[in-house]
Amino acid sequence: MSAILQGAGAATALSPFNSIDSNKLVAPSRSSLSVRSKRYIVAGSDGTNNKTFASSSLIARRSDPLIPNAVATKADTAASSTSSKSGHELLLFEALQEGLEEEMDRDPHVCVMGEDVGHYGGSYKVTKGLADKFGDLRVLDTPICENAFTGMGIGAAMTGLRPVIEGMNMGFLLLAFNQISNNCGMLHYTSGGQFTIPVVIRGPGGVGRQLGAEHSQRLESYFQSIPGIQMVACSTPYNAKGLMKAAIRSENPVILFEHVLLYNLKESIPDEDYICNLEEAEMVRPGEHITILTYSRMRYHVMQAAKTLVNKGYDPEVIDIRSLKPFDLHTIGNSVKKTHRVLIVEECMRTGGIGASLTAAINENFHDYLDAPVMCLSSQDVPTPYAGTLEEWTVVQPAQIVTAVEQLCQ
Amino acid sequence: MATAFAPTKLTATLPLHGSQENRLLPPIRLAPHSSFLGSTRSLTLPSSRRLNHAHASRRSPPVVAVQEVVKEKKSTNSLLITKEEGLVLYEDMILGRSFEDMCAQMYYRGKMFGFVHLYNGQEAVSTGFIKLLTKSDSVVSTYRDHVHALSKGVSARAVMSELFGKVTGCCRGQGGSMHMFSKEHNMLGGFAFIGEGIPVATGAAFSSKYRREVLKQNCEDVTVAFFGDGTCNNGQFYECLNMAALYKLPIIFVVENNLWAIGMSHLRATSDPEIWKKGPAFGMPGVHVDGMDVLKVREVAKEAVTRARRGEGPTLVECETYRFRGHSLADPDELRDAAEKAKYAARDPIVALKKYLIENKLAKEAELKSIEKKIDELVEEAVEFADASPQPGRSQLLENVFADPKGFGIGPDGRYRCEDPKFTEGTAQV
Repeated sequence: MSAILQGAGAATALSPFNSIDSNKLVAPSRSSLSVRSKRYIVAGSDGTNNKTFASSSLIARRSDPLIPNAVATKADTAASSTSSKSGHELLLFEALQEGLEEEMDRDPHVCVMGEDVGHYGGSYKVTKGLADKFGDLRVLDTPICENAFTGMGIGAAMTGLRPVIEGMNMGFLLLAFNQISNNCGMLHYTSGGQFTIPVVIRGPGGVGRQLGAEHSQRLESYFQSIPGIQMVACSTPYNAKGLMKAAIRSENPVILFEHVLLYNLKESIPDEDYICNLEEAEMVRPGEHITILTYSRMRYHVMQAAKTLVNKGYDPEVIDIRSLKPFDLHTIGNSVKKTHRVLIVEECMRTGGIGASLTAAINENFHDYLDAPVMCLSSQDVPTPYAGTLEEWTVVQPAQIVTAVEQLCQ
Repeated sequence: MATAFAPTKLTATLPLHGSQENRLLPPIRLAPHSSFLGSTRSLTLPSSRRLNHAHASRRSPPVVAVQEVVKEKKSTNSLLITKEEGLVLYEDMILGRSFEDMCAQMYYRGKMFGFVHLYNGQEAVSTGFIKLLTKSDSVVSTYRDHVHALSKGVSARAVMSELFGKVTGCCRGQGGSMHMFSKEHNMLGGFAFIGEGIPVATGAAFSSKYRREVLKQNCEDVTVAFFGDGTCNNGQFYECLNMAALYKLPIIFVVENNLWAIGMSHLRATSDPEIWKKGPAFGMPGVHVDGMDVLKVREVAKEAVTRARRGEGPTLVECETYRFRGHSLADPDELRDAAEKAKYAARDPIVALKKYLIENKLAKEAELKSIEKKIDELVEEAVEFADASPQPGRSQLLENVFADPKGFGIGPDGRYRCEDPKFTEGTAQV
């Protein structure tokens, strides 16, 4: 696989697209100074180039420290999923479970509540085995009353516990909107800082395989305006475990978005304890020509498109934003300043989604650095149809991403 | 004064024969003259003689009828309270009343704004329950929360400052009338939407159980959730009754049934207006009590709190009470019948307690007057304190949004936004 990338590096020299930067062409994985902008320095990469895009296993590149003053926590920078230390291979849902179990071992105040999390082990097996180990009260099977058990989790958090509240499907949390907006997000503020709400609200969302409209919702767009909460989306076993642990340890209420189709991704993750910074984005593939911002499942569509793009001579920089609220404008900004073109690929709806907010944020902060308008590829503003063909057309597919990049890079 | 409906026996433990059969609860027999004064129709129910009110789950001991307890004690000439207790109750109710009256004055003078909901007339419920609690027990309320906060121990100064929106308020001026919180006194709010505090209360009770059973701490804390009749038609109420009974949480659900939800009469909104009946449907005792009589409320509260502390689970207590003022200071209160208001005004809980104390020689008029004077001074001092306190500065704008302000994220310059010096000034872009 790395052969392709190096080949691409060579190929870039020939493509007309690079006429502007022709003096400064370098292989994608080397650091470079942007020609156009002397205002700013690009981050280096770590030089290792062992990415593989095998269909069933993914090894994510760790993000390196971009600028010396980057805010990465010590845990995040040090551990690499491809580190030479021994790791262990597991699936994404197992990584989530491992993270959750480790935190429950570490702090007896951490508890889980949700529907079928206990005896059933979770509808996606994220809490499998935990009830046997920790008991029925620590891994609480709730009745079907999202609003009330989310509120119960919030009340428990206010009085000293650290609940992890599971929405069996994120869409069900629409029923808990009252509690999430009013209590989860706001009580720390309205109480003048007296009460903290260290809850983690997690669950699978996103468009699956013909699950129908109501089970295919993207709640991140509805929650993003709520003040006082943080939202993160995991996409690999490595960041799933890291984000789960960081979210549990955080004093803020965090909503962790998982994706129904990503639970069976396999990856090798480190044995040692690590967390992922909740506010940082992840550099998936450094590049020069265009910044592609994405998160969750669309990351894989983007990487698939990236293969095609690389073959065609493009050098996309792919960033998994991971932190949906707040945006990591530092990583994103560095990238925009380097490539001057931005494509956002998301699964949210066109209207009012994460992409819409991100477009606004980029235009506002980095307008001067843009050579082309920010383009945002989102899902169609339609309820997700059941039929497979229709469903496929509602979400962004790799071919569309390739077309968009070609269009932006003209 | 007779209550509108007075079930003669509120007893538990009817053995449940053949629980597989779905028995409807037999209807209650009411006194023939029962009706809510001012209601649009009188409350008549089929008159079967069989009574089955508060049947608790099989396992828990019977909840004894309250009215009977009160009657028994009176008949044997022993008193319900000691002098000290009586004075504490009196002072608390006077504090609640004076404070709320002062709020009205201050509102019309332009010192406080927005929605202010006063508690006049309902003091017996707050005092009756909260004065039995310890500091570590929790109270959850609604927007009509000033007096719950005061009864729980939050100082009048802190509450008044909060109402004035000053920095010295219990929530630093960030909450307001409808969001009285105090970590020190375990006042868990103050919620603007009805019903949304009940799950929070359920969570606090869950915490208590968790501490006892998982963390093996010696925790006997109970939670009391106050809410109104309108809330009892809301899903969150029922969801929480279910969970509280299911997990046997140490919580007491107190319905302050003042018959009106703004302008909506309880009878016009509720298919079965007898809220206490809804407790047994979920497997917990449901008790109805005269909420204008602080001693009766206190007796019921004692039982319910003891049940909860012993780990026997939740209780639903419906207190029939009345608010002397409108729903809020913006409510012209034109819908309620003058006769209804007069009837309840004649049952003013403070007047009733005063009468009880004097008639039973627990206190003299002069003592009570001195309490009233003391409270008047306290409330006035609270106003002065609030007036003199500073308003929040700009720097407070961005504080407390997140417990960990890193939640505002990383700015374009690579630093956390909360590290921006303008953050503490309140002028950072976040």
